[in-house]
Amino acid sequence: MSYVPDNLKYTASHEWLEDLGNGVYRVGITEFAQAQLGDIVFVELPEVDESYAQEDECGVVESVKTASDIYCPLVGTVTAVNDALEDTPELINDSPYDDGWIFELELGEDADIGSLLSAEDYRNSIADED
Amino acid sequence: MKQTVLNAAHRQAGAKMVDFGGWEMPINYGSQIEEHHAVRTAVGMFDVSHMTVIDVAGKEATDFLYKLLANDITKLFTNQALYSTMLNHQGGVIDDLITYKISDTAYRVVVNAATREKDLAWFSQEIEGFDATMQEQADTAMIAVQGPQAMATIQPLLDLDLSDTKRFYAAHNEQLFVGRTGYTGEDGVEIILPAARAEDLWNQLLAGGVQPCGLGARDTLRLEAGMHLYGQDMDENITPLECGLAWTIRKDNLEFNGAMALEEKKASGVNKKLVGLVLNGRGILRHDQPVSDGQGHSGIITSGGYSPTTEQAIAMAVVDKDIELDAIEVQIRNKSLPCRAVKLPFVRNGKSLIED
Repeated sequence: MSYVPDNLKYTASHEWLEDLGNGVYRVGITEFAQAQLGDIVFVELPEVDESYAQEDECGVVESVKTASDIYCPLVGTVTAVNDALEDTPELINDSPYDDGWIFELELGEDADIGSLLSAEDYRNSIADED
Repeated sequence: MKQTVLNAAHRQAGAKMVDFGGWEMPINYGSQIEEHHAVRTAVGMFDVSHMTVIDVAGKEATDFLYKLLANDITKLFTNQALYSTMLNHQGGVIDDLITYKISDTAYRVVVNAATREKDLAWFSQEIEGFDATMQEQADTAMIAVQGPQAMATIQPLLDLDLSDTKRFYAAHNEQLFVGRTGYTGEDGVEIILPAARAEDLWNQLLAGGVQPCGLGARDTLRLEAGMHLYGQDMDENITPLECGLAWTIRKDNLEFNGAMALEEKKASGVNKKLVGLVLNGRGILRHDQPVSDGQGHSGIITSGGYSPTTEQAIAMAVVDKDIELDAIEVQIRNKSLPCRAVKLPFVRNGKSLIED
C-alpha cells in the first residue's frame, strides 16, 4: 500500500496539495504516482508568475519509462518552483511529499477547493491498482 | 497472459510485472537505473524465456538458411553465431534474429517473442522443397547473464567449460546451450536450458549476488549499445538499407529473400538513414518524436530515452539521407530543441563513446 498522508488533499490525477496558509498551496505528485512512473529522470517545471486554470497542463515529469503531464489542481498563479528538481529529479522518487515537491500555487478567487479529494477518497481511488 | 517458468521467482524478487506482447514479464525489480548500472559495472540477469528457439536440421539446412537470411550463414565456423535480418520479398524486415551453427547440418535460431507466430509461419513456408526440418523448442527457458563479471560468475555454476568460447560463439552439451551473446553491449552469455532447471539456476545466480534486471533496463542497455529493437527501429515497412542494418546484408549474391527488392531500392536511391542523436539541453528523447534540420529534411526518432551511463538523452532516428547533421532539432511538446548527431553505439563495455 502506498503512503497517503491524512493532512493533504489530492486529485484523481495523482497530485497532492499541502495548505501553506494565506491561500497558498504546495503541490507535488503522490507516492503511488512516482512508483507507477519508476525512476524519474527529468522534470519540466511550471513558470513562476504564470497563471493556470484547473486541470491545465503546467509541467511534465519524465521517468525512464514514460512522460507524464502535471495538471494544475486548482485555478491559480505559480509563486515558487522546486529548482532542485532540475539537477536531482529523483527527489520525487525518494521523497514525494517533502523534498520532491514541485511548485507552489496561490489560488485564484474562484478556486474550487471542494473538488479536491480527501486522503481517504484518494486511497479508495487507487485501491484497485495499488 | 502467458508466463515464463520464472514467473514466481520474479514476484519473489519484488518484480513489477507488465504485459509484454502477451507475456507477463518483469519491467523492473524496484529501480531500473540500478539494474542498468549493475550490468554496466558488475553483472545482471534477465529472464528472456519468452523468446522463441527454433532448431533447423538436415542435409539442406544451410541452403535453407542461406535463402532465408540476408546475412551469410556459410561464413560461420562451428559454434559461431550470426546476427541477421529475415526479409520478405519486398525487402521489408520480418524479424531480426541470431543463428548459431551447431554443425554443417544443424543450426539453432533465436527469434523475437512478439513475432513468433509470423516467423514460424514464414519458416514453414520457406522451408518447402529443402531437405531440412524445423522444430520449435518450446520446453526451454532462457536466461541472459550480462556484465563485466558475467563470465566469472556463470562459469562455476555450469557443467560446461566456457574457457575457449569466444564472443559470438556458443558451447553446449545435452542439457545446456550457452551463447556468448547478448543485448546489452557488455560481455556475457545467453543460456538456453530445460524449463525444469531454470529456477535452480536463477536462484543460484541470485545467491551469488547477480542483480535481476527487467525489460526496462534491457531497453536502456540495448539503446546505449546502439542495438535495434524490432517493431520500433525496423519492421516490414522499411528495408535494412534505410535503418542502419545494411551491414547485415551480404553483398556477393542475390540468392536470399528480398535481395531483388533491395537491388531495386539501391537503383532508385536509398533516401533514408539511421543516425544516433544526443539532446544538447535538458529533456528526454522518445520514440516517435519528429526531427528536422529547418531546411526541408526531416526524420523520426525510432528509439529514445534517458541513458543512465552517460546521463544524457539519447536516441536512434531514421532521417532523410541529406539532412544537415549539424542542424538537427527535435520537436518535444511544441518546442524545438537542438540535438547533435553521433556515431553508434553510445556506450560499449561500460564506457561512454559520445564525443563532446
